[in-house]
Amino acid sequence: MSPENASPDSVVIVGAGQAGSDTAAALRSRGYAGPVTLIGAEDAVPYQRPPLSKGYLTGAVGRSEVELRPDSFYTTQGIDFVCDDRAVAIDRAARTVTLASGAELSYGALVLATGARPRRIATPGAGLDGVLALRSLADADVLRDHLDRAGHVLVIGGGFIGLEIAATTRARGCEVTVVEAAPRVMGRAVSEPMAEYLTGAHRKEGTRVLLGRSVSALQGDPAGRVRAAQLDDGHRTPADLVVIGVGVLPNTALAAEAGLAVGDGILVDSGLSTSDPHIYAIGDCARFPYGDGMVRLESVQNASDQARHVAARLAGGDPGPYTAVPWFWTDQYTVKLQIAGLTAGHDRAVVAGDPGSGRFTVFCFAGSRLLGAESVNRTADHVITRRLLAAGHTGLTPDVVAQPGFDLKTYQRQPA
Amino acid sequence: MAKITYRHPSGTDTVIDVPVPNTVMRGAKVNNVDGIEAQCGGSAQCGTCHVYVDEANTLPLPVMDSVEDDVLYGTACERRPNSRLSCQLPVSDAIDGLIVHLPERQSW
Repeated sequence: MSPENASPDSVVIVGAGQAGSDTAAALRSRGYAGPVTLIGAEDAVPYQRPPLSKGYLTGAVGRSEVELRPDSFYTTQGIDFVCDDRAVAIDRAARTVTLASGAELSYGALVLATGARPRRIATPGAGLDGVLALRSLADADVLRDHLDRAGHVLVIGGGFIGLEIAATTRARGCEVTVVEAAPRVMGRAVSEPMAEYLTGAHRKEGTRVLLGRSVSALQGDPAGRVRAAQLDDGHRTPADLVVIGVGVLPNTALAAEAGLAVGDGILVDSGLSTSDPHIYAIGDCARFPYGDGMVRLESVQNASDQARHVAARLAGGDPGPYTAVPWFWTDQYTVKLQIAGLTAGHDRAVVAGDPGSGRFTVFCFAGSRLLGAESVNRTADHVITRRLLAAGHTGLTPDVVAQPGFDLKTYQRQPA
Repeated sequence: MAKITYRHPSGTDTVIDVPVPNTVMRGAKVNNVDGIEAQCGGSAQCGTCHVYVDEANTLPLPVMDSVEDDVLYGTACERRPNSRLSCQLPVSDAIDGLIVHLPERQSW
């Protein structure tokens, strides 16, 4: 791939999640004409993960609706989609990838979109039947099957996935307990006021949320099915379905074995290039420059924006450095939480609106600089914050947003 | 089946026969029409499936709800009176012949 900005003669994409599928699609829509190979480890057409903990679990969203694009898409777009196979080695000198099936593929450029895998727990009993994690469509099918018989659901971990599963299973009528080891839910992903609000929202729906607690053992029946959990405070709680949602680990082994720089993610520069200029990494598996540091984000937005960024580059364009504004969403009961920017590291959180009304936004600042906003059922605040952050100067200060009745839709209509 | 025209900022048209049921957004995604991102998958969250309905349109489109209205405050290209989220436009025989104009960009 030299000189700079020349298109590679072929692109191989490892990983067929949101990032991988979007890269392949964007290469074609940007006019890239060389061979494109997309390798997926699962025996499934690339699909969307967000519905797996929500609508797909309840049955409201069907199988074909979770597919990112229909099976026929890859054929009509001239994308060689290889499923149920995985890359096991990269030969950087020869520029080849070897697959588990034994196939060897040459690449001009290689895009690693290997994603992440659920973190496991070492708790005794974690191997019992009915103790599950949720990452893949296959996981969701197993979980859905168990849900049909579950009365008591125990969720270990109060992050995005754990709380979404709690909300979904509670809405199905299960007795639900969430056990979170930290003193609050959602870790560093949201501000203190938002974490408190979410905890309250779950408790109001009848979900038990235990903070600062952990599970010391899971106990099964003679058939090996989970039946109960022993908590660290000595209490025992019934559980015939346990869902583990304690975060994910980036899939970096392939990159590390090829000698690429890794460290809680595959390290990339502002052009999403790894330490090998012919190899890129995007999505959940990539750690990239953001602000003064490096971050690794697990979100659709991140996967999708990075996919389009790399595709634009490989199609011969110069998209400049990657600077997309991160955003996230989660649906729990009637709570639609949307986060714009990265709010971790804020030292001041200002609440606009009344949390009691179920419509409010927490604006998070470092000093007087806005880092981001967390909105519950206030979509306009969310989307306008994204636009302001993208523009690089928000004009918003803690004093401005602390004014009674503040909302961004009204504010931006006012003359400057 | 309804014929939907996606008009690019360059003036070129991509014309697709979109099967029912579907949305104008999905019709574009499935055919890899450049210019529709739809990152949230059609849940009216992200504003990256923004389109301008042709100004001469007389075909019946659903009334905009408050969520769609809110999302349109954050689109990457300017909001106009004919702005819509294409994920909120269901495809039916009644909109056969619809023309939507794609904005210059959907995200930053």
